[in-house]
Amino acid sequence: MNDATKQLLENLNALAAGLFLLTAFGIVAMRQARGCLNLFIVQSLLLAASAALLGLRYDSGHLYGVALVNLISKPIIVPWLLRKTSPAEVYTRREIDQVLNIPTALLIALALAIGAYFVGIPLANAVGPEFRGPNVPIGIAVLLLGAFTLTVRREALSLLIGLLVMENGAFLAGISIARDLGMLVELAIATDGLVIVFIMGVLVRAVQKQIGTTAVGALASLKETAAPETDEALR
Amino acid sequence: MSVIVILLLPLVAALLVCIPFGKRWVPGVTVVSSLADLVLIARLARQVVAGHLPGELLDAAWSKWIAVDGLSALILLLIAGVGAIAAIYSVGYMAHGNLTPKKLRLYYANYNLFVFSMLAIPVLAEPTLVWIVVELTTLCSALLVSFENTREALEAAWKYVVLSLMGAGVALFGFLVLFAAIHAGGGGTYTWAGLVAAAPRMPAILMQTAFLLILIGLGTKVGLVPMHTWLPDAHSQAPSPVCALLSGIETTSILYVILRLFPVMQAVPGAHADTWALVLGLISVGTASFVLLQVKDYKRLFAFSTVEHMGIILAAIGLGASAADYGAMQQIVSHSVTKSFCFFAAGAAVLATGTREIAAVRGLIHRSPLAGAALIFGGLAITGAPPLAVFLSEFAILKAGLAQGQYLATGLLATFIVIAFFGIMAHLNYMVFGAPASAAPEQRYYSGPETTETFRLPFSCRLALFLAAVPVLVLGVYVPQPLHDLLTLAAAAVTR
Repeated sequence: MNDATKQLLENLNALAAGLFLLTAFGIVAMRQARGCLNLFIVQSLLLAASAALLGLRYDSGHLYGVALVNLISKPIIVPWLLRKTSPAEVYTRREIDQVLNIPTALLIALALAIGAYFVGIPLANAVGPEFRGPNVPIGIAVLLLGAFTLTVRREALSLLIGLLVMENGAFLAGISIARDLGMLVELAIATDGLVIVFIMGVLVRAVQKQIGTTAVGALASLKETAAPETDEALR
Repeated sequence: MSVIVILLLPLVAALLVCIPFGKRWVPGVTVVSSLADLVLIARLARQVVAGHLPGELLDAAWSKWIAVDGLSALILLLIAGVGAIAAIYSVGYMAHGNLTPKKLRLYYANYNLFVFSMLAIPVLAEPTLVWIVVELTTLCSALLVSFENTREALEAAWKYVVLSLMGAGVALFGFLVLFAAIHAGGGGTYTWAGLVAAAPRMPAILMQTAFLLILIGLGTKVGLVPMHTWLPDAHSQAPSPVCALLSGIETTSILYVILRLFPVMQAVPGAHADTWALVLGLISVGTASFVLLQVKDYKRLFAFSTVEHMGIILAAIGLGASAADYGAMQQIVSHSVTKSFCFFAAGAAVLATGTREIAAVRGLIHRSPLAGAALIFGGLAITGAPPLAVFLSEFAILKAGLAQGQYLATGLLATFIVIAFFGIMAHLNYMVFGAPASAAPEQRYYSGPETTETFRLPFSCRLALFLAAVPVLVLGVYVPQPLHDLLTLAAAAVTR
């Protein structure tokens, strides 16, 4: 492989990583759960693309494996599992009362991404000179954006996607700094992601059946100050 | 093969309980398999203490994936012990709820899977695999937390899953950075032992980043303040035997993963891992001891006490003396046995009164003498009254802190422990001995028509309470020699 090809692959990887970050911003701003899910699928495809490109660049069969696992589990199995487990209502609901309005949320997200850049660059440099790519800072940024999504959203599916976005972010950084983690570990992590989707889907269904909504942000009866709800019912 | 069998037993039990063979089959299988597991683990622990490891642990091909040392053996023993007693307790406790056979099978299948995921934590040697089983503990226990399917239980389960998995996402990045660090330091096997060996060569900035990410990420699941907000909810809404598992051993087994990093971090100059542990530990103890004063639900009382005890253990590790490390190990044991007893007692009180509210329960000693006595005993034991297990371990920690010259930290720790003592005992005292305020609240908790009759606990609950009380009493007076050796080995594993 000559230098020009290497350069091209690195540039393509940078493009994939940049779009990956953009989808995370989209998920922060998107109000409808189905839109979030679609963006998450695009994001997972970009993660797979980045893994495949880095695999080509560094000639690592392991990274092809990561790409393949991501290609199968997230864009195909995750939506299928969600359709099987959680009620249809979660897809169509629009979140009207968000904790923050969209421009504010995006501004905070931007600040998080810039912060991640300053944390990620020295970290990537410490690993070695060949890790100067954008993967580590963007991975950290997406990890933070996922966590941010979790704190400002109230709708069950958006929260679940926030969790998966966090994991995607950790992975994007991981495929560049921890290249040969071992196939068994990769497969286990992918399976684990599917178990998360399954269990949370079951929980959402139970919540919807019991409480009649999937806006789980409204669940806030357990605290120290107010008396438990059962008390009211018995009185 | 014994290590593999230890992991397989609960998995097999989880499969077996799915077969509908009648009413006694499901709990029977669980009790038998967990007792068998306890025996196997006790044997393994003896082998570890004697230095005769079973064959597969010496095999190089296996050692990349599994490893058992003193610390792992100690945690395994606690998981198996509490798991077995909670299985016995479950028999009577779950029979009380008039559950459909299908729901009961679901409970026991989840129970066994949960125990399996916890047993896998100390056995596995590769940190990313450990991360995966930590995730599994959350996922297997989520449906146990939401088991009662009330609004509160669902809320608790949802918060538990979201916050734990959020922490796990942060920790995953930490483990990947740790992997990068071992490569940047010239390579080595990515296992706990390999990390300790490679630690002096690894770049300090990566180590510190990884440590903080893992401390915050897994600290969420341990219940360290300020990431503890889900813990009192989940640990109070689950069925009581599950609470005993969650509070007694799940928190401890996750804390074990954090403890594994301390010998690694001690090789890094200027990492201050001990200071982080001490500060975070003290904040947890302090916050929990003050919140305890205003709790309204007695299961939440014990849940906050778990936050307090996790803080004590972490602070003890942070004191950085070998005597304090031994004290921390002792505290891990005494907390596990005592906290599980407390939740068995709280479960007995729930069965007897039908409510979890502190204000609604008065004069429990008349309604159910055993539940009342157990609750008071549990409260005294968990707050460190002499001569019980927690007293001995807390005393060891405070003594080590003073010997180390950490007067401020030790003083704060002692103050918070005393505040927690009064917080818990004041609530429990009213519940057990307080006279009923009026006739009206009395009717709220006596569900049946026979209000004046004393309530009789199911046999298996009484048996489990008795079995759980034995170590609380015995470990308060003396530590048997084999356990002392195991504790010494375990304490040695958290220092270089």
